[in-house]
Amino acid sequence: MTGALAIVLAPADNVAVCRRNVAAGEPLAIEAAPTVVARENLALGHKVAFRFIPSGATVVKYGMAIGSATADIPPGAWVHLHNMRSNYISSHTRASKVDP
Amino acid sequence: MIIADGYARADGRKGIRDVLAVIYLVECAHHVARRVVEQSNDADVHLLGFPGCYPNDYALRMMKALATHANVGGAVLVSLGCEGFDREGLAAQIAASGRPVETVVIQQAGGTRSGIDAAVAAVGRVRAEMRERARRVPMHLSDLVIGTICGGSDGTSGIAANPAVGRAFDRLVDAGATCIFEETGEMIGCEGAMATRAATPEIARAIDQAIANAETYYRAMGYGSFAPGNAEGGLSTLEEKSAGAYVKSGSRPINGLIRPTQAPDGPGLYLLDVVPDTAPKFGFPNIADNAEIVELMSCGAHLTLFTTGRGSVVGSAIAPVVKITGNPETYARMGEDMDIDAGRVMLGEATLDQVGDDIFDLVVAIAGGAPSKSEALGHREFILGYKTIDAVGPACHPGVR
Repeated sequence: MTGALAIVLAPADNVAVCRRNVAAGEPLAIEAAPTVVARENLALGHKVAFRFIPSGATVVKYGMAIGSATADIPPGAWVHLHNMRSNYISSHTRASKVDP
Repeated sequence: MIIADGYARADGRKGIRDVLAVIYLVECAHHVARRVVEQSNDADVHLLGFPGCYPNDYALRMMKALATHANVGGAVLVSLGCEGFDREGLAAQIAASGRPVETVVIQQAGGTRSGIDAAVAAVGRVRAEMRERARRVPMHLSDLVIGTICGGSDGTSGIAANPAVGRAFDRLVDAGATCIFEETGEMIGCEGAMATRAATPEIARAIDQAIANAETYYRAMGYGSFAPGNAEGGLSTLEEKSAGAYVKSGSRPINGLIRPTQAPDGPGLYLLDVVPDTAPKFGFPNIADNAEIVELMSCGAHLTLFTTGRGSVVGSAIAPVVKITGNPETYARMGEDMDIDAGRVMLGEATLDQVGDDIFDLVVAIAGGAPSKSEALGHREFILGYKTIDAVGPACHPGVR
């Protein structure tokens, strides 16, 4: 096992998954993008971009499309409901429905 | 390999438990039935029931499948008296399956206290007859049906717990077991990947059609199968949750698509389709995880592997539930409820194959009689509601008897 703080699940992916809570400024040390540094605090199990993902582009995890970016996402940024959406059915949280 | 001293049933199936089911046939009989279970002081007397007063074909078929499940050896039906459930029909089906059954009608017995007394006595007689009829036989992995479900998923589920279950499923399928993964509404987005694993082109078409149907249904409902806790755990979209759920199925060919109450017609891997192909009528296809566990049991699952990142605590009546978490923080906090710590994968302390082997070994131990944690804690959850779903899907559903 490497010392990487995030796991890249498939070669085609543009997001990695945090293996533990990561603080802003920590280098992710993933093999696919060794220089990427966390731009914000990231929680265990959450996604982080390790490549630039332009607005409208497909977010790829497990080698599968998991939605589309709704804003430009720089490497090291948290990827979640605030900057991506479903290509199928809207997600909802306790506070609100997140419309696609 | 002999894995258990199973309970032989008249239809040739074998059970890993010998449950006596106390079944209320309408909510109005629930209290009496619950008291009967409490007073029986027997961990293998389980409470099942259907709350509605009006008949429903799905509920009747489900209750028949559950009351004659391989893990069930006998039943006591508790009826108020005026409800719509066909109690005589259910009792006849249970009796025809070679199981002892008695019915207590509260209005005829004289009320709450009299109904409880009559049903407690009936439980004693049915249990005695079960003991008399019991025939123990060697059970092999090829006799075992294992279901899997995820609930309270988070960003770790698809990386640790679910792929570890996938490894265990591959080993179980290779050993001749029957494995069932659910469910079409939680596979939206995986249709392309699944089609390539279908054993035949007909099964590939049936899967594609079932997923398209699930998407239509959930669009009409307005929400997908996505809870707020999923987002808090790092999942952003329904298709991301689906991709993580899908890896529970392992890597073996998909031998068929089944519907609730349909038993697979042979060993191998099956996908359970739970979404009606009509316009939404009674609401969400499944209102909570236990509704899916009940549907897995209706297809014959002897036990269910339940992956949960956020930390569900549930178990089930009839069939033991094994809980697996991929979140090391959840395991540290809720270890008393978790059977398997797949969080070791996240921490780099174990490989998926190692955790898959642990799951396989635990399946064998629980089939042999060892209690799962939820079983030992007394969890016996059960939900059955109204639903309209045909026994056979719109396309041919191959692999079904």
